[in-house]
Amino acid sequence: MVVRATIAGIGSPEALEKALRGAYYLADDGIATAAYLALALGKPLLLEGAPGVGKTEAAKAIAAVLGRRLIRLQCYEGIDASAALYEWNYPRQMLAIRQAGDQSIDIYGESFLIERPMLATLRAPDSTVLLIDEIDRSDQEFEAFLLEFLSDFQISIPERGTIRAAERPVVVLTSNRTRDLHEALRRRCVYHWIDYPTAEREARIVMMRASSVAEATARAVVAAVGKLRREPLSKSPGIAEAVDWAEAATLLNKGGARWPDAFKRSIGVALKDEEDLAFIAPRLDALIAEAVA
Amino acid sequence: MSDQPDLPRAARPFVAFVSLLRANGFAIAPEQTIAFLAAVELLGPRGPEDIRLAGLATLAPPPERRAAYDMLFRIHFLGGEEVSGSEADDDEVVRLQEEGRGEDEPPLADDSNESGAMATRGEALVERRFGPAGASDALRRLARDAPARLPRRRGHRRMRARRGPWADLRRTLREAARNDGEVMRLGWLKRRTRPRKMLLLIDVSGSMKARSEDNLRLAHTLSQAAPNVEVFTFGTRLTRVTRALRIKRTEQALAAAAHLVSDWDGGTRIGDALQAFLAVPRFGGYARGAAVVILSDGLERGDVSALRDAVAKLSRRAWRMSWLTPLATGKGFVPQTEALIAIRRFVDDMLDGGSSATVVDHLLSLRNRRAA
Repeated sequence: MVVRATIAGIGSPEALEKALRGAYYLADDGIATAAYLALALGKPLLLEGAPGVGKTEAAKAIAAVLGRRLIRLQCYEGIDASAALYEWNYPRQMLAIRQAGDQSIDIYGESFLIERPMLATLRAPDSTVLLIDEIDRSDQEFEAFLLEFLSDFQISIPERGTIRAAERPVVVLTSNRTRDLHEALRRRCVYHWIDYPTAEREARIVMMRASSVAEATARAVVAAVGKLRREPLSKSPGIAEAVDWAEAATLLNKGGARWPDAFKRSIGVALKDEEDLAFIAPRLDALIAEAVA
Repeated sequence: MSDQPDLPRAARPFVAFVSLLRANGFAIAPEQTIAFLAAVELLGPRGPEDIRLAGLATLAPPPERRAAYDMLFRIHFLGGEEVSGSEADDDEVVRLQEEGRGEDEPPLADDSNESGAMATRGEALVERRFGPAGASDALRRLARDAPARLPRRRGHRRMRARRGPWADLRRTLREAARNDGEVMRLGWLKRRTRPRKMLLLIDVSGSMKARSEDNLRLAHTLSQAAPNVEVFTFGTRLTRVTRALRIKRTEQALAAAAHLVSDWDGGTRIGDALQAFLAVPRFGGYARGAAVVILSDGLERGDVSALRDAVAKLSRRAWRMSWLTPLATGKGFVPQTEALIAIRRFVDDMLDGGSSATVVDHLLSLRNRRAA
């Protein structure tokens, strides 16, 4: 196992946490440690958590800290090698065959190869971060295919041979846990389960993300969101929703709405499910009053 | 530890910790142990917190067993003596009273429970043991016909076909290259079908006592025969038994499932159970586009409006919703109970669930039915 204690000048979880803060991402000890270990051990980082806890943001911040380009591969059902790895430019190949006439031509040359995210990362491992987003949306065939990629960081293109990464690339995977991932995939990665942040940290995140929001507003929104997360809703508000809610309420307040009313009128950015809204509506006033107090 | 003489002294407690975790049912691979040791070394370690975080990151305990991990960590490294909090897979068992909607506790429980002092919430927490029984004809039929007759849906992957909506450029070009660039024949692609998700919700309350064992056997057969089947049981609690039923041997799987379920033959609060099911986003997702089959008599002791809302929501997510009740016998079944009347218009098929044979008949007929 190749261990690099220092990457891009980062030699400890604390240093990484500080650098992430510079990239507008407030990391707790758990995620800073996991991310540091992933970088140092050269393993992929697997982040799981409820929607809207900042998994994708973490990957973006890591790329920013390392000064690398983020290549994002959004997963979906049926995603396959031609969307994730490479594809040949068939019309161009066909045209080349026609034009070549009597001369011989290599239709599997570089100019006919269309690079997809995973191949792009393998070719430039020192200047990219690969984000494989929402891996739980892909099917099992793709997960099995990923296993091979993540353990050896090499792929083979039948017409061209094997392509191997010069060094271990930085890979971040995210999952919403809509289904259980294969154990073998978890095993190959450094794993972190991102929980909802503490109220204190979430308030700081809200203020960092939305600079127009006053501290009292941020705290009230975080308290209200915390209460909503304890309700049996079909979609609990994430951090992104808390930020939006704080921003929307601030905006309404500037437009003349009184405080508790501004929260109430902008509830639509925090709860986006009709049934959840109907369920919470009778108690919304009390809930907001409690949060503001 | 004496059987690992080659380990450096400093590494022993960490390897021993991994053994302790394995002994407690955590699946940890050797490469993870190596990563754990490397991680501990990388971090210093400056204190127990570093070791705990290194373990969380590299040994990857599943989030629902985080509490168990922390407890074992304290016992092993900090010499804690707590053995109290029995580690339960809380993620898999949803206690309905915690998911309650803040209203009065609905009247519940079978009469038999209410006398007992322990049955204040209508729970008769018992464990059940199943006797051995051979597979019945119905179950054998299910196992045999499932691949061909369970519902399928259009997938997103494409496969070669004689005719189809898309041209197979890859194949066409390869053939053309052999013929000096002359396209003799165009290859085609069509969408491949995949098995549709199935969600089985089994009522294990007292009134379904006669059927619950058979229904669980049937769920096991179905889980083995089809790839993406989710199974939950409900009575006064909601329990996910999918993982237990993935065990191949019938008796072993049923014993594991019976061990998980603690509300055998108790009261029924179907509405609350289904609400609890929908409130966990991960579970609610299992219903989306799935063939949802509920095996219950619909004798609701709780609030009928909660049941109606939950069934309405479930049926909007489902591809097709079936309610199989032992009360429905014969073709012209007209629901009599208040609960069944309330949900009738949301349920696509309300049919006989009185024996394994009729349930299997229905499951195997799903393929010919349409989305509703």
